[in-house]
Amino acid sequence: MSGQTFEPSKPEPPLYYTSKHSSTRRRMNNFEYREINNGDGRRFNREAEEEEDDEEDDEGNGRGLDAWERAYADDRSWEALQEDESGLLRPIDNKTLYHAQYRRRLRSLSSSSTGSRIQKGLIRYLYIVVDLSRAAAEMDFKPSRMVVVAKQIEAFIREFFDQNPLSQIGLVTIKDGVAQCLTDLGGSPESHVKALMGKLECSGDSSLQNALDLVHDYLCQIPSYGHREVLFLYSALSTCDPGDIMETIQKCKKSKIRCSVIGLSAEIFICKYLCQETGGSYSIALDESHLKDLVLEHAPPPPAIAEFAIANLIKMGFPQRAAEGVISICSCHKEAKVGGGYTCPRCKARVCELPTECRICGLTLVSSPHLARSFHHLFPITPFDDVSPSTLSKNPHHKLPKNCFGCQQSLCDPGNKPCPCVVCPKCKQHFCLDCDIYIHESLHNCPGCESFSQSQSVGGSMEE
Amino acid sequence: MLVCLCNCTDDVSLLMVLLDTNPFFWSTSKSTSLSFSNFLSHVLAFLNSVLLLNQFNQVVVIATGFNTCDYVYDSSSSPTNQRAETLLRKFEEFVVKDEQLSKEDTVDGIGNSLLSGSLSMALCCILKSNSNDIQRVFRSGSLHPQPRILCLHGSPDGPGQYVAVMNAIFSAQRSMVPIDSCVLGVQHSAFLQQASYITGGVYLKPQQLDGLFQYLSTVFGTDLHSRRFLQLPKPVGVDFRASCFCHKNTIDMGYICSVCLSIFCKHHKKCSTCGSVFGQAQTNAPSTSNQKRKTPDT
Repeated sequence: MSGQTFEPSKPEPPLYYTSKHSSTRRRMNNFEYREINNGDGRRFNREAEEEEDDEEDDEGNGRGLDAWERAYADDRSWEALQEDESGLLRPIDNKTLYHAQYRRRLRSLSSSSTGSRIQKGLIRYLYIVVDLSRAAAEMDFKPSRMVVVAKQIEAFIREFFDQNPLSQIGLVTIKDGVAQCLTDLGGSPESHVKALMGKLECSGDSSLQNALDLVHDYLCQIPSYGHREVLFLYSALSTCDPGDIMETIQKCKKSKIRCSVIGLSAEIFICKYLCQETGGSYSIALDESHLKDLVLEHAPPPPAIAEFAIANLIKMGFPQRAAEGVISICSCHKEAKVGGGYTCPRCKARVCELPTECRICGLTLVSSPHLARSFHHLFPITPFDDVSPSTLSKNPHHKLPKNCFGCQQSLCDPGNKPCPCVVCPKCKQHFCLDCDIYIHESLHNCPGCESFSQSQSVGGSMEE
Repeated sequence: MLVCLCNCTDDVSLLMVLLDTNPFFWSTSKSTSLSFSNFLSHVLAFLNSVLLLNQFNQVVVIATGFNTCDYVYDSSSSPTNQRAETLLRKFEEFVVKDEQLSKEDTVDGIGNSLLSGSLSMALCCILKSNSNDIQRVFRSGSLHPQPRILCLHGSPDGPGQYVAVMNAIFSAQRSMVPIDSCVLGVQHSAFLQQASYITGGVYLKPQQLDGLFQYLSTVFGTDLHSRRFLQLPKPVGVDFRASCFCHKNTIDMGYICSVCLSIFCKHHKKCSTCGSVFGQAQTNAPSTSNQKRKTPDT
């Protein structure tokens, strides 16, 4: 940390925050519990994988407990409050805020992918490099940087395989200035998570060059149609290299390896340079939830850059699931198993899980749902248009439907005023904001367009 | 008994029933031995029994028509004493509307109903009725009336709906909503087989449609918690083969475009979906398989 020049982009919370914070808590107790619950509810939901929080949530959104009885879960709860005009503290109205944020993201996504035929790098080979140098023990992230990073990587790996079923991940750690391969490229989320959780200790310096060299050697072996990517989670503020790192960066650039870095402390020039040269993204996490967002941004497949990977036709097999009760020896574990396997269509060898590669003939084996999981990247649904209350009042003869088409929830306030809602440009059905987010982030179907056979036939011809 | 004490809320279920009302399916006597009115009386009895199992149980019925889909009944917003009347009245309105929309269409064969639309609507409804906060639903999946979807489907699968149905299935899987399916037609439905397999629901094709109520009440009436203790029908075998984009043939070996994952049965020079030109596929093929074989061994 000493001797290094850097621009600290993340301010450490000064000490007085703690005192101010405790006074905020005390004042908050005077307000209605409901309000506090709303604010806290949002924070809980962000960290939904923490089981403790889930339990709390389940207790009727914590309504059964008083504010002082609940577990202290959030170390920056003052950020969820704002002052209104009369000087009272209110939880930030997060629903519209959240929706606005999401709309912005959606719009930027759709504008970046101009044209109907988008090429995405759907077959990815990604190495995640975790910095386990001394800096990873810092406690500015609670309980420590490496624990938080490991937790986020676990969530990321699961999300990654959900979105990129044919891709593979490998893990590399940097410790004592040496990069070490933790897991080879593979498609099973469980083995990666287990390997990482078993190796969470840190020491020594960090070395960007060693890690790049190691990953470069591994990624050179993968087939030409695959997208080569490296994601660094970098805690340290320096790199301790044996040679000229600029040469290594050029080497990576030549091998078309896309390097991205997520920093946990402050911006470092060499990381920025690395990302610029190789076409990756560089970002610094401000807090845990920001880190989570940044990490998960790498889960959807990046737009393919034509020169990065050569388009190719890959021969693949779609094995049938063997009938229950048939005994055969599987080629992956070399054990006799009863039922529940798949048979390679080329060499008739038995494998236990999909997707995989046949051990005997090398054919890539997938099932059609694996391919279908990626199709929403290729046929994205159009963003919905905003319907603001002001445009409605201007032309009152434009009738607004009473209910959201998706969930039948009323689109009006209790006061019978129209709520903000969105409309699908294709089928002209109206949706509430919650459905809008759900449709675009998880469902990837417009219920309106799918419910009318006319629009169906238009989209259908292209889809299958 | 002990288990029930700690999570007694497990017994409350939210049942979304998707009814296939495709008139072309119900009018062809060949395709089913059951008339539509008989079918409805079985289903009404089933819905009543589900509502009687627990006073907090909720039933929502969505009609899957040939031209449109719509909500027909919601037990939480209808008076309890006139269930059948409200349902049937709304149903009639729906069928008339569906018919009006289909005037200009000419159909060959049975045609397919809009499964993708009703599945999408059911998922939106599940999302909303369980929580006001969306994050909780599709991140953690712990919900409080336990939702499930039951598809009573007869029409054959529409190949054009493939992507949409699969999207809905994966979304249901992410929110941990099981999709149960009861197939009334002659053929098995590959869509619903995959839906039930992926989401952990039950797939059933009743042998005797006259006893539909018994099938429904014994297999689909029980809540998710009680299912663990029951011997439910096991999946017979799911067809995971893909159909190629060029001829719509079902194939067990084929070529996949590395850019967009389109499936082809023969080697092409250019991808018809994403437009990428394939370079040296033929010359590269053996070398890539050699290189790739290294990865699993190491």
